[in-house]
Amino acid sequence: MITVKEVKRSLLVSLWFVFLTFPLMVIKVNPYERTVSWRWRNMVYVAIGTFVITLLAKAWFARKEKRMARQQDSCHLRLPIIQRILQKPGYRNSLAVFLLGAALAFPHLFSTYQANIMTTALMYIVLGLGLNIVVGVAGLLDLGYVAFYAVGAYSYALLNLHFDLGFWTVLPIGGLLAALFGVLLGFPVLRLRGDYLAIVTLGFGEIIRLILENWNAFSKGPSGISNIPRPGFFGLEMSLDQAMIYMYYLMIGLLLVTIFVVNRLQDSRLGRAWLALREDEIACQAMGIDKTRTKLIAFSLGAFWAGLIGVIFAAKTTFVNPASFTFMESAIILSIVVLGGMGSIVGVILGALILVLLPEYLRALSEYRMLAFGAILVAMMIFKPEGLIANVRRSYCYHGKKSNTALKNDE
Amino acid sequence: MDYFIELFCSGLTRGSIYALIALGYTMVYGIIGLINFAHGEIYMIGAFTSFIVATVLSIYGFPLAAIVVVAGVAAAIWSSAYGYTVEKIAYKPLRHAPRLAPLISAIGMSILLQNYVLLAQTSDFLPFPELIPEFSFVEPIAHIIGSSDIVILLTTTVVMLALTFLIKFTRIGKAMRATAQDRTMALLVGINVDRVISATFIIGSALAAIGGLLIASHIGQINFAIGFIAGIKAFTAAVLGGIGSIPGAVLGSLILGLTESFATGYISSDYEDVFAFSLLVLILIFKPSGLLGKAETKKV
Repeated sequence: MITVKEVKRSLLVSLWFVFLTFPLMVIKVNPYERTVSWRWRNMVYVAIGTFVITLLAKAWFARKEKRMARQQDSCHLRLPIIQRILQKPGYRNSLAVFLLGAALAFPHLFSTYQANIMTTALMYIVLGLGLNIVVGVAGLLDLGYVAFYAVGAYSYALLNLHFDLGFWTVLPIGGLLAALFGVLLGFPVLRLRGDYLAIVTLGFGEIIRLILENWNAFSKGPSGISNIPRPGFFGLEMSLDQAMIYMYYLMIGLLLVTIFVVNRLQDSRLGRAWLALREDEIACQAMGIDKTRTKLIAFSLGAFWAGLIGVIFAAKTTFVNPASFTFMESAIILSIVVLGGMGSIVGVILGALILVLLPEYLRALSEYRMLAFGAILVAMMIFKPEGLIANVRRSYCYHGKKSNTALKNDE
Repeated sequence: MDYFIELFCSGLTRGSIYALIALGYTMVYGIIGLINFAHGEIYMIGAFTSFIVATVLSIYGFPLAAIVVVAGVAAAIWSSAYGYTVEKIAYKPLRHAPRLAPLISAIGMSILLQNYVLLAQTSDFLPFPELIPEFSFVEPIAHIIGSSDIVILLTTTVVMLALTFLIKFTRIGKAMRATAQDRTMALLVGINVDRVISATFIIGSALAAIGGLLIASHIGQINFAIGFIAGIKAFTAAVLGGIGSIPGAVLGSLILGLTESFATGYISSDYEDVFAFSLLVLILIFKPSGLLGKAETKKV
């Protein structure tokens, strides 16, 4: 329920924001013609917008608190509907088969243009799943993920240019090169605290981009490398449309492999070590887990996937230049993981589809794309840190009759 | 020799600007142990606010002295307000969340603020009005050091002295030091920790705003993206000096400024930003606690 007091508080908040945004939102100067335009209308928008958002945020927290109060026992949590479907193998498998069928039929139902957009979305899903190993499962904040993507893309472009190597030869090489870079960068840094890793990977991403931009003899500088061949299929001649559709199926195949590997990894000894490391490093070391080695594997595995997608990116666009590998690209991939739910495979798929397809179809809003990505990162952390589809940890519940002594012990 | 001295002076100027930003990082890190990624954006907002205020006042024909004072004060006020609000929205609700959460929130805030300024203003580079006049006494040595360099060095020195006084001798400074040493204990002895944290953000943001005003009038143009690189470099400086240590931040900034100045002067200006990042990676490998940071970090 909204009380008068809450409305009053929200009014105060919106007044504060009117003050806060006054110079940047209302005044706009033209220093060349020496004119000032006062955009008073923006002030009204800010006031109304912040007022509504504050009220909604308050309502959300009130609801969350109520729900928390109702379910103290984590074993009898009422899961959201998606989770309940995912937990029943029968439902889950039929849903998966249906989705796979839809994905396979997609290029035949819609135009090649749509298939092309879908290919991009699929690439971001795989990138998201790769980063998910690093950020979601192992809990290492990697802000230079795009650097490994760039390593993959440039290794295809350069190896093809100088040694005439084909797509299928370079695909594993690009992945391995990216993984090697991951080890080289991760080795000194992973021994340190998590925040340092974030900023060093951020710096590393920028270094790679700056080197690609400035070292003309090596990478042809800002103008990039063009005329990169598309992947071949046993020497078959393909038209542009066919090549696009071939690319689409290739991505579907890679996605399936990725999902399979990531899924199996999470249940492996290594995957459980990652989860444990994310929760408590000291306890992990006490249990005999080699901290640096385990983290390094996560880091280089994530980089490996970025490298693979980098090679595919270069083959898909047939052109690479440093401008494709800015920090904003890393931020988009991070938003995908955070929005979907860190550690959750289904979540990352959903997150990537939302964040790639929405701006694509709502062109009018594409200006606000990056603003929205920033807002998503903040809002998800505050309101729903587990993401849209939370990764439900395996847990055992006692389903028998509760004895009174057990209850007493709990309290 | 003149070239060497010129590079040395420009390195000092650069370094003292980095110091103004690095202090904000180091103070926040010292108190809540968070890398405030949005700090570079606060600096950019400070520069932008002073740009808007200064341009409006000069269009309406105010005298130069009034423009400088009003633009400086406005930049400090609004930057502090942004710093305060960012803390309240993005960090305070996450104070007891897992370590990764506030970091991601900070990254998000940085992206959000950058694009907010881009959309509310423009993506173009804008000419910053000349706020610092050419002093006549500088003329004989103008090829070595400009008058804006002198103003920047003087201003930063005064600001640093004021900050040292504030932290050493005032009530809030004492409370800040206590909170940095042990937050729970500070709470127990009756320090309002929330207020101390807010004060830290406000002071750090005001320092960044002054830095923004100075560098913008020194370089002569601004853009919505200047905060990103400046933020990373100032962070590098803070880590170099030992994060959490205030004298360390100043020392680290001066070293970074000089390194960059000499490296671009003698080696190549193409890789200007690469030097700073490489320095950062090297420090983290060989001396992660920084020059003045201690192992059992005594933070301010």
